[in-house]
Amino acid sequence: MQLTLKDLLPGEKGRVISIGSAGPVRRRLVDMGITPGTVILLRKLAPLGDPMEVNLRGYELSLRKNEAEQVIIEKIEG
Amino acid sequence: MSLRIALAGNPNSGKTTLFNILTGSRAHVGNWPGVTVDRREGTYKSKKGEANIIDLPGIYSLSPYTPEEVVARNYIIDEKPDMVINIVDATNLERNLYLTTQLLELDCPLIVALNMTDLLEKEKNSIDASLLEKRLGVPVFSISALRGTGVKEMMEGIMKLAGQNRQGNTVLKDGPLADAFLAALKIVEEKKLSNPVFHAVKLLENDSLTLEAAGLTEESHEVATVQKLVAKANELGDGEAAVADERYKSIAKKFVPALKKSSQAGLNTSDKVDKVLTNRILGLPIFLGLMWLVFHLTFGEFLFGIEPIPTPGTLLVMGIEWLFDWVNEGALWLMDVMGAAEGSLTYGLIIDGVFAGVGAVLGFLPLVVILFFFLSLLEETGYMARVAFIMDRMLRRFGLSGKAFVPMLMGFGCSVPAIMGVRTLENDRDRKLTMMLIPWMSCGAKFPIYGVFAAALFEENADLMTFGLYLIGIVTAVLAGVILKKTVFKGDAAPFIMEMPAYHRPRAKGLFLQVWDKAKGYLVRAGTVILASTIVIWFLANFSFSLRMVEANSAESILGVLGNGIRFFFIPLGFASGPDGWKAVVAILTGLVAKEMVVSTMGVLYNPGIQGDALEDEGAQAALIASISASFTPVAALAFMAFNLLSVPCMAAVGALRSEMRSRKWFWFTILLWIAAAWIVSFAINIIGTGLNSIFHWF
Repeated sequence: MQLTLKDLLPGEKGRVISIGSAGPVRRRLVDMGITPGTVILLRKLAPLGDPMEVNLRGYELSLRKNEAEQVIIEKIEG
Repeated sequence: MSLRIALAGNPNSGKTTLFNILTGSRAHVGNWPGVTVDRREGTYKSKKGEANIIDLPGIYSLSPYTPEEVVARNYIIDEKPDMVINIVDATNLERNLYLTTQLLELDCPLIVALNMTDLLEKEKNSIDASLLEKRLGVPVFSISALRGTGVKEMMEGIMKLAGQNRQGNTVLKDGPLADAFLAALKIVEEKKLSNPVFHAVKLLENDSLTLEAAGLTEESHEVATVQKLVAKANELGDGEAAVADERYKSIAKKFVPALKKSSQAGLNTSDKVDKVLTNRILGLPIFLGLMWLVFHLTFGEFLFGIEPIPTPGTLLVMGIEWLFDWVNEGALWLMDVMGAAEGSLTYGLIIDGVFAGVGAVLGFLPLVVILFFFLSLLEETGYMARVAFIMDRMLRRFGLSGKAFVPMLMGFGCSVPAIMGVRTLENDRDRKLTMMLIPWMSCGAKFPIYGVFAAALFEENADLMTFGLYLIGIVTAVLAGVILKKTVFKGDAAPFIMEMPAYHRPRAKGLFLQVWDKAKGYLVRAGTVILASTIVIWFLANFSFSLRMVEANSAESILGVLGNGIRFFFIPLGFASGPDGWKAVVAILTGLVAKEMVVSTMGVLYNPGIQGDALEDEGAQAALIASISASFTPVAALAFMAFNLLSVPCMAAVGALRSEMRSRKWFWFTILLWIAAAWIVSFAINIIGTGLNSIFHWF
């Protein structure tokens, strides 16, 4: 099974491999800078467990888990 | 003709702050045609000349998917402003320049305003503006919109540059997509579209609006050829993702080197604050505490319960009342001079019609002002984005966004500022749905109704009854939210992909301007509706169909006749039958104007001989309580209260709804929804209550 952004734990990092299927949601994700090769750090989950806050390209972004599921990543260390 | 300058930039880039600095309070808010997106316009004045400033909506991209983005791109393409100022948050350079690379493609004079450079310096970083200027090919000015530094120099530069022509340019022509771009450019030039570079890139993205403008479809032979070139050049294959990918790649390569970072600094202040405020354990309690504080300071009577120190809300209400009493005295004196006695037509129209209307409009102003002060504060500091973050999971089940929590909570105080408060939600669908549900959060004005009925019929279970009614409101809102989400608002749920802006210290001037804007908007747009409806209702309540003045709200008045006429509508609800049934109906009708009037009207109708307003006078209230216990069954009373709770809350809320909904269709849909929900729930209470009672003989 492929690893997605949803599978990261707070404090873990991943590198984007690809992003789901075409449509407004993916357009929004790539517009916000989630493109292949981007390194994403999972900062934290909201108090109720969803959505999540990630750090990429020097800024903070929040997205829901079902959107994060569209982002296929590989885990990286450090 | 003065110059037309458009401001474009990401949300949270300081665009509104810059707009406020440039235009002062000489701004007016309108609507972009066809969509519910604010159009803010104002005038910039200096010795060197004047300019008209148009604040385009805050956007991240020029995609065809959101109304904000479409509005911004159409404005630049169709209205051809003399200059576009692209505000770029220097502390978030990479993502902000993504929009810049798209604006560069338009054939419009462009400058980049590098904002928040002071914050950048505080973090001991810097940007080489001249390098950035050279690589972007457009002038770059360093400013701080918060402090106002660099703005004057920038405007002087613009005055010199404006009006010159500029050809669009794209970063894509230096990358792997160059071949595809040139092929697309050829097609666009053949079709003779304006802004050829922009449209050529949009063709790579299969952009629906550009395809339409060029008379092409995704299946067209030319488009397929271009898409094949895209697929060959970028591993992502399809145009939309490939173009975004190449933009970010070129930003990283060409522009990010202009950013000089001193060192990999640790957590900055904003990060530290956020660690506490959205903490997994502390986040929720802190949030609830802050919400309680906002509610208390707006609607509470004494500051933290300490008599006699008033809360800011009470203080402002007292101020307005004092002012209004003073004006009212003047009006009464004027009546005296004119010889218009109490009970005469002139007296009634001026004092009970116009002045009561003005009083109603002004009465809500303090709440609007206070609540907007807090909403602006939450917004400016960046906490509002965290509210959305914390509450999203709970509210999205009902089709609402997390930010909707704030206006919904305020609904328990008063629907009017709460409805005005939905403006803080970005998404149009969220705004509409939230407005529909707000009145079901039982407001303060409905409380006296529960009071007299509890005293009349539920003396031993008063608290349980009141709690039950609040619960009926909330459950109705939850059910309606779920149903509307699956029917009327099906399919257009917005993705929740939102920037979490860094925390900022709020500035008094910015707060003041936002509150001023909102108060003005309320007085003009909602105020007119409230005033007009108060006068109309005064007329209906005080005149008979033969246009003779009669006892207010009596059976001969137009309102009384109407109440009798539409009684059949209320019969199934259980409280409109019997000789006194029409009185309950008239009370409901006056309740559409203001919920405070329900108890007053009932006092007059049930005990016409007794002096004093049943809302305030103890004797009149005791008489009303006795009448109610004689003419209502407990089930009928519950149905009556539920109808008052769920139907049209008051004319002030209707005025606020009209000004915020900005669509005749949705406005009437909401009014009908309120009435329908009130009827259905009251009917259910009557049927179930009567049924259960016939089995268990409770009452």
